[in-house]
Amino acid sequence: MTQQAQTSTFPAGQVPRLPGMSFAWLGIVPFMIFAVMFLIAPAAILVVGAFQDQTGAFTLENIVNLFQPSIMSAYWISIQVSTASALIGALIGFFLAYAAVSGGLPQSVRATLMTFSGVASNFAGVPLAFAFLATLGRTGLVTTLLVKYAGFNIYSTGFNLLSFWGLVITYLYFQIPLMILIITPALDGIKKDWAEAASTLGASRLEYWRYVAFPILWPSLMGTMLLLFANAFGAIATAYALTGSSLNIAPILLYAQIRGDVLHNPHLGYALAFGMIVITGLSNGLYIWLRGRSERWLR
Amino acid sequence: MKNSRLGSWLTIVLGAAYFLIPLIATVEFSLRMKRGEYSLEAYRVVLTDPRFQATFGYSTLIALATIVVGVLLVVPTAYWVQLRLPRWRPVVEFVTLLPLVIPPIVLVFGFLRLYNSSSWLPLTGSARGTDVLLTLGYATLALPYMYRAVDTGLRAIDIRTLTQAAESLGASWPTILFRVILPNVRVAVLSGAFLTFAIVIGEFTIASLLNAPAFGPYLQLIGANRAYEPSALAIIAFMITWACMGLIQVVGRGANRYRAAR
Repeated sequence: MTQQAQTSTFPAGQVPRLPGMSFAWLGIVPFMIFAVMFLIAPAAILVVGAFQDQTGAFTLENIVNLFQPSIMSAYWISIQVSTASALIGALIGFFLAYAAVSGGLPQSVRATLMTFSGVASNFAGVPLAFAFLATLGRTGLVTTLLVKYAGFNIYSTGFNLLSFWGLVITYLYFQIPLMILIITPALDGIKKDWAEAASTLGASRLEYWRYVAFPILWPSLMGTMLLLFANAFGAIATAYALTGSSLNIAPILLYAQIRGDVLHNPHLGYALAFGMIVITGLSNGLYIWLRGRSERWLR
Repeated sequence: MKNSRLGSWLTIVLGAAYFLIPLIATVEFSLRMKRGEYSLEAYRVVLTDPRFQATFGYSTLIALATIVVGVLLVVPTAYWVQLRLPRWRPVVEFVTLLPLVIPPIVLVFGFLRLYNSSSWLPLTGSARGTDVLLTLGYATLALPYMYRAVDTGLRAIDIRTLTQAAESLGASWPTILFRVILPNVRVAVLSGAFLTFAIVIGEFTIASLLNAPAFGPYLQLIGANRAYEPSALAIIAFMITWACMGLIQVVGRGANRYRAAR
């Protein structure tokens, strides 16, 4: 609301005609204040805290302390869960999108897939955990049906929904749709003429994929995978509702730290948060860079 | 060619199985509360639970407040950047992408350090302050989606001509923004609003750590203590998400038809 107050102090007709020196930047001041107060400063204060000791002096000790086994294993499980769900989600999502875009299926299949993906990619958090408990939990429908009709108990194989692979299978429910939503426009950008041109020049189907389609698609593929990775890495609600605190992933460790200082050192908590920002920051940064590369071809 | 179409069908059917089986299982589980028969008992118990009504009502209000804050923040900014500050576009876009880089758990950790009850702005010290902080936190979560929706909407109309036409008729800046620009991007704003609602209504992390009486923490609590109610809640949550996404398509299609009719 301050926006109008600031901008309307200029006579309306005059504002657009001031060359060079102008006060136009005042128009985004409210947005910038909001961003600084509720986005940048909260992250910055944690980053600064990560490099301070209890007295406020500069130190690298907190960062060094991150490399103790219990914290490293939390990061490592998080990275593994995120990587596995990103890779598998990207692979399955790609095949589903490819089948819908160029598999010769009716248009309605594609429309349904896209609509459903929009819903499923936003169906995350606590309710998603409930859905998978009702499906693959010890008394879930699939578990009990398999015992009843196939005499096969998946829990006797060592499978547990409240474990690494249980979490990956659950995360795929929003990872696959996200992949479909992002990769479909890229697949649309692959022109039919390219495949025809390649086959006219004597390329086999494999060679077409190897030398034409894949090199064009790989920045989108890699980029989307990085986005999926960051998406899973920061997620906590599903994992928390599913496993409680039995699976020691980085966001759940941070949650416990915020709740009750389980690391017995507030500044180590800040360092833990800093480490998470670094990891999601790197994968998002790479994603943005790769997206810039893929936009060159896919117009 | 016939073979590859079969493969495509097979892929889609397998994919559909993965996505539909959990939904079917959840529906089935939610109907099992009464022994030996299918009933809507779990839904009845959930919907008549006063805590459900209180937390759901609270989260709905916070979601609406988030949408208002988001629109007031994003529409003028995106408009102004496109009209007058194109050189600032990369900076503003970068900021709108930051919520994807900073996980919500980290964001709320920062909130608790900056705005705790012994800080310069003790927002977490009071219930109203917590509401404000939760709303603004949710506004940051929704920022990437809201900004992209509105920015795309603004690109589709000629804001320069609209602005000049309004100016030459003597319109003030609030009039231009709210009576000329906003109605022209209402489809984009509505899309952003429904998406915001879907993201915010069951959010757990921020609400839980701010100790807000919100729907997300309630879901988690029920999940930890009950057997059949969580499934009913999951189905309700899925229907809300579905309704939000459906409404986005409905308003989008309505706009296309309107445009085609002209």
